[in-house]
Amino acid sequence: MAQRFVVIWFHHLLTDWLILKKPGMREVPFIFTAAEHNRIIVIAANQEAESQGIFKGIFAADAKAIVPDLQVFDHKPGRDASLLKTMAEWCIRFSPIVAVDRDNHSLIFDITGCAHLLGSEEAYMNKIANSLHFKGFRIRAAMADTIGAAWAVAHFGKNGTIVPSDEQANALLQLPANALRLQPDNLERLIKLGLKTIGSFIKMPRSVLRRRFGDDILLRIGQAIGFEEEVLQPVKVISPYEERLPCLEPICTASGIEIAIEMLLAKICRRLENEGKGLRIAILTCYRVDGNQQQVQIGTNTPSNNVAHLLKLFTLKIDSIEPALGIELFILEAPKVENINPSQEVFWGETTGLEDPQVAELLDRIAGKFGAGHIRRYLPQQHYWPERSVKSTTSIKEQPAIAWSVAKPRPTQLLPYPQRIEVAAPIPDYPPINFRYKDKVHHIRRSDGPERIEREWWMDKGEHRDYYVVEDEAGCRYWLFRLGHYSADQTHQWFIHGFFA
Amino acid sequence: MVAAKQQIIQQLQKDILRLQGIRTFDNGSRQTFGLGDVEQAFPGGVIPTGTVHEFLCFEAEHKAATGGFISGLLSTLMHNNGVCIWVSSSRMLFPMGLSIFNIAPHHVIFIDVKREKDILWATEEALKCDGLAAVVTELKEMSFTQSRRLQLAVEQSKVTGFILRNDPLKLTTSACAARWQITSLPSELEGDMPGVGFPRWNVELLKVRNGNPGAWQVEWRGGKFTAIAQQATSEEIHTYTRKAG
Repeated sequence: MAQRFVVIWFHHLLTDWLILKKPGMREVPFIFTAAEHNRIIVIAANQEAESQGIFKGIFAADAKAIVPDLQVFDHKPGRDASLLKTMAEWCIRFSPIVAVDRDNHSLIFDITGCAHLLGSEEAYMNKIANSLHFKGFRIRAAMADTIGAAWAVAHFGKNGTIVPSDEQANALLQLPANALRLQPDNLERLIKLGLKTIGSFIKMPRSVLRRRFGDDILLRIGQAIGFEEEVLQPVKVISPYEERLPCLEPICTASGIEIAIEMLLAKICRRLENEGKGLRIAILTCYRVDGNQQQVQIGTNTPSNNVAHLLKLFTLKIDSIEPALGIELFILEAPKVENINPSQEVFWGETTGLEDPQVAELLDRIAGKFGAGHIRRYLPQQHYWPERSVKSTTSIKEQPAIAWSVAKPRPTQLLPYPQRIEVAAPIPDYPPINFRYKDKVHHIRRSDGPERIEREWWMDKGEHRDYYVVEDEAGCRYWLFRLGHYSADQTHQWFIHGFFA
Repeated sequence: MVAAKQQIIQQLQKDILRLQGIRTFDNGSRQTFGLGDVEQAFPGGVIPTGTVHEFLCFEAEHKAATGGFISGLLSTLMHNNGVCIWVSSSRMLFPMGLSIFNIAPHHVIFIDVKREKDILWATEEALKCDGLAAVVTELKEMSFTQSRRLQLAVEQSKVTGFILRNDPLKLTTSACAARWQITSLPSELEGDMPGVGFPRWNVELLKVRNGNPGAWQVEWRGGKFTAIAQQATSEEIHTYTRKAG
């Protein structure tokens, strides 16, 4: 699949942000200023100021001379970067890969395989533009096959342009040279030579361009057209529930690790409790002095913010952490968090049930030691075939969809597989007189049956079973069946499948 | 004077029973399993809950019978939406078969682990959890110390434990409140009707702490235990099990 990128340029990032904070500033001309080389220059000007002739880069003193009632704000270094990062995290709803171009107040989305989710690329662009506009930011956006082309069109082309696939070279021809993100001295040289648009030099031989402008220009042209790879540094969303514990001295004892876990759990659980949430999964990462990372994970059946319980789950795992020379940083994160239903404390401990948090905590401990696969509960299933009449579930919340059938007797013990037995049976459709199982002959005194259970032919092939409940002389009760129809010319296969109480 | 002494002795006996983890029901709220004479063998005429009972079952048929009998006890213990945990390494219990003992099979949580050590660990953890109605464990071997540990666990939580021991060669002393052996009996139908009747068992109490061992015949009929006229006697108890107990 061809890659697609969207570049969004926040051309009034700082002033839009201030207007959002103070809506009254919309009609007032204002600027942000910062000191540069002992002079104070304009970093950003809002639309009102721009319409009166103030632009980014002029001196603050000049600006104040042009517009007497200009409001001046000090620019705080790094504010635009943090603002962009916040916007990038918010924009992850549009694409999982969002990168920040800090110097140019732009965001770069890798939208390969994303646009069809909203119908079409036009709809996708509109959605982004409308969402950001609704939040109060003015943007210019463009979509293309390469980051370079999208960047160039977003900054210097028509707002909202979608460059069709493989058309990026044509789209660039009319744009000015500085749309290529070149170094300032290269740009100056190009303009000095009269090469103002990209189209005026893009078709020159590569050797000529390299001799005059160096490798930089070739790289940028390649990136814009798609010959050269460009790597994005996507922003990573930090897990909202994460606690860190750096240690002054490296920790290398089990009790030390336990104390660390307890401190982290106490912090994270207090936060979860305030928000009415509980964690389902917690991951502890231990960063060792030698650069190695050790990780353990616990899971719970129901959301929990009980420190004592979670600590118990972690203590079962401490053995698997190898501290080696020591652990210098613990990070505990809860990637899966759910709401907790506030439970009423009961006065009488008589009511027990599957909803009892203590049962859930017990199962967590057992699952923590042996793995969740060792815990099973059974629910009825709509099949008569005995092996399929129950289904196993690992959840303790799941309730039966249908009622348990009590119409036909079912044994208390069921063999995992039916086992062959030798029987003596008198006439068709009569239960056997005796049978031999594990070298012991059982003489049958009483019997019930047959109960015919048909095989579900859409699931597997084979013959039906005729089940008999039989009781031998000692009073032991068995579940036997004959496979298939009775006929004179074949010996019949009999099986034992279970024991009744 | 004699009456006062009698009262002191009675009070002391009661205290001793309480200290041994046996609850007596003075206030009339006694929990009965409907076992009649069998219950009379226990001190105070009550099958103690909140303690550990041991069952011996060595063959698959006996396992089924024991499973049925325990299910009958569980139906009383789990009557109020209770949850039961069943720990085992080679489980054959069929959940559908629990329905006739008035147990909702989805209220039984099975823990299937392979090693004996893990079975004991899971049992002890489960017995400490007072949200459970009962814990059933199938195992081969249990030392006296381990049985003491289980007993100490239930003394806090008041959960009832049932230990099914299935290796006759590893029969050691244990600190359980009672040792049972359940075997199948031929069922009887009225008027010699054809077919298999209600499940019927020979219930032997090989050892009862502060009580009287014996053997009784019990039938599961209409969702409850029904005693059958006494036939078997305590002489039928196998001598080897008695020695071990």
